[in-house]
Amino acid sequence: MIEAPRRFRESRRRFLAASASLAGGIATGLLGSSRANSADTAQQDNLPPYTPRWMKEQGAPIQSPPYGLPSPFEKDVIRRPRVATPTSTAASTNTPLQSLHGIITPNGLHFERHHAGVPAIDPEQHRLIVHGLVERPLIFTMDDIARFPSESHIHFLECSGNTAWTGATEKSTVQHTHGLLSCCEWTGVRLSTLLAEVGAKPEATWVLAEGADAAAMSRSVPIAKALDDALIVYAQNGEHLRPEQGYPLRLFLPGYEGNINVKWLRRLKLGEQPFQTREETSKYTDLMPDGTARQFTFIMEAKSVITFPSGGQQLRGNGFYEISGLAWSGHGRIKRVEISTDSGASWQEAQLQEPVLPKCLTRFRLPWSWDGAPAQLQSRAIDDTGYVQPRRPQLVDIRGLNSFYHNNGIQAWQVAPGGAVSNVV
Amino acid sequence: MWSRSSALVLGAMITFTAISRVEAADPARFGIGRAATPAEIAAWDIDVRADGRGLPPGRGSVSAGAKLYAEACAACHGEKGEGKPADQLVGGFGTLATTKPVRTVGSYWPYATTLFDFIRRAMPFNAPQSLSDDEVYALSAYLLYLNGIVREDAVLDAESLPKVAMPNRNGFTTPDPRPDVH
Repeated sequence: MIEAPRRFRESRRRFLAASASLAGGIATGLLGSSRANSADTAQQDNLPPYTPRWMKEQGAPIQSPPYGLPSPFEKDVIRRPRVATPTSTAASTNTPLQSLHGIITPNGLHFERHHAGVPAIDPEQHRLIVHGLVERPLIFTMDDIARFPSESHIHFLECSGNTAWTGATEKSTVQHTHGLLSCCEWTGVRLSTLLAEVGAKPEATWVLAEGADAAAMSRSVPIAKALDDALIVYAQNGEHLRPEQGYPLRLFLPGYEGNINVKWLRRLKLGEQPFQTREETSKYTDLMPDGTARQFTFIMEAKSVITFPSGGQQLRGNGFYEISGLAWSGHGRIKRVEISTDSGASWQEAQLQEPVLPKCLTRFRLPWSWDGAPAQLQSRAIDDTGYVQPRRPQLVDIRGLNSFYHNNGIQAWQVAPGGAVSNVV
Repeated sequence: MWSRSSALVLGAMITFTAISRVEAADPARFGIGRAATPAEIAAWDIDVRADGRGLPPGRGSVSAGAKLYAEACAACHGEKGEGKPADQLVGGFGTLATTKPVRTVGSYWPYATTLFDFIRRAMPFNAPQSLSDDEVYALSAYLLYLNGIVREDAVLDAESLPKVAMPNRNGFTTPDPRPDVH
């Protein structure tokens, strides 16, 4: 080994100590607390006119680690639960939409909703059985599934409980209000391909999908959806599904509420009636003011939200900002997004970032010059059916406050004179 | 690829797929997968439908359910199904149209068969799929009794469970009326 001269060894020790303290600091993103305010001497040394210390020695070696991770400075960009739950296995976490760019959700930040935790499934010991009203009940290994012709599509997935009707506060962030929403490229086999393989009988009108988790989570899918764009998915964003997203196999129904996209899929059963599972009767039904409940409300209607500026963020001074956000519709493509900076009095058309895909997040942007006065920011999406995202009071007038699911009302953020951004309750 | 087989095997499989596609009698089929045996299907076919199809042989009484409930369920769902920390299972009648709806097995669930299906597949929370069919019938009977839906001497089985008249049986509407805001 070549021994470095003493002065070099000393400087390396100082560097290691400094970088450890930096990694322990808070990464607050583009507009977080000013680093200059808290900078110690070591940090000043990395700014002009000095040469940063990371230019004075080799960086980390390859494969550190073999599966790459975000920078330690991004350690606060994580999923967070919206509410405390009695257990940590029947629970959920939200995607940090305020920290993301473009439309793709990184796999490690996809929102979670589990009913009995995340099973650790060995793909070699996983099977999918397709039976019921079929000519040939079949059993598939993962290798079998991977042999079928495959397709990849970019689609959003949103829990129908996203954006609670009640309970949000002025301090709520967009992660809290809208983070049961993610978007990935999903790869798998068309369900219609598997149904042709087993020979679905004409009288089959519903398909039961069942997971291999400890809840054996199950939902009924209308055959029309199963034969349309439904996918049996084994990969997301280029790699096999994450365990939290159903590894090794899940159902994916573009535009439909999250719960019916059954993860850890082990069984499909064709029948002539819905199966009336617990998740489609006692849960995921929408209670109306007259005490009746809507059942089988699958589609996530057009919705949008501004992710910057959004709740909990801080603008630093007057001048130019780019308003940015996400719009989506379970019916199809986003046709237009409009933004108001004056509490809904006037609206301007936002720019849509290509690609604008069906049943997929669409990124929108609008240049904005803030004059320092109070401003209330809102966005509304219009999809290619012509449907206009409603105001929350319009929804409450019809559905009341007990329906729990499917709140796609317009979200408002208040910018205070000092630049603090808060949720409008 | 999912198996730990070599790339060579993978290549052979792709070739085989192409051949079998050409030679399949039905051009819509690929000939992938194998027939699921009746035993394989029966073991995994655990769903119970609203008309009772899927209910297994066996039976359970309210009194047997009471004993089992105290041991396996009360810690999460309360001594008499009042809930906390897990879902409230009993009561809530007349609340669905109020500002504080209480959705329980008694006040909300449309089918008694769903109760059997869900307990068998997912409960108890710390040991799912550990109960015998008799025990699931007994727990179903006890929860229906606590809700005043069956009598204290009730014994439920595949014959009687689907006939239990649930108070909110007609409380659900389809199809989806949305878009409901124009």
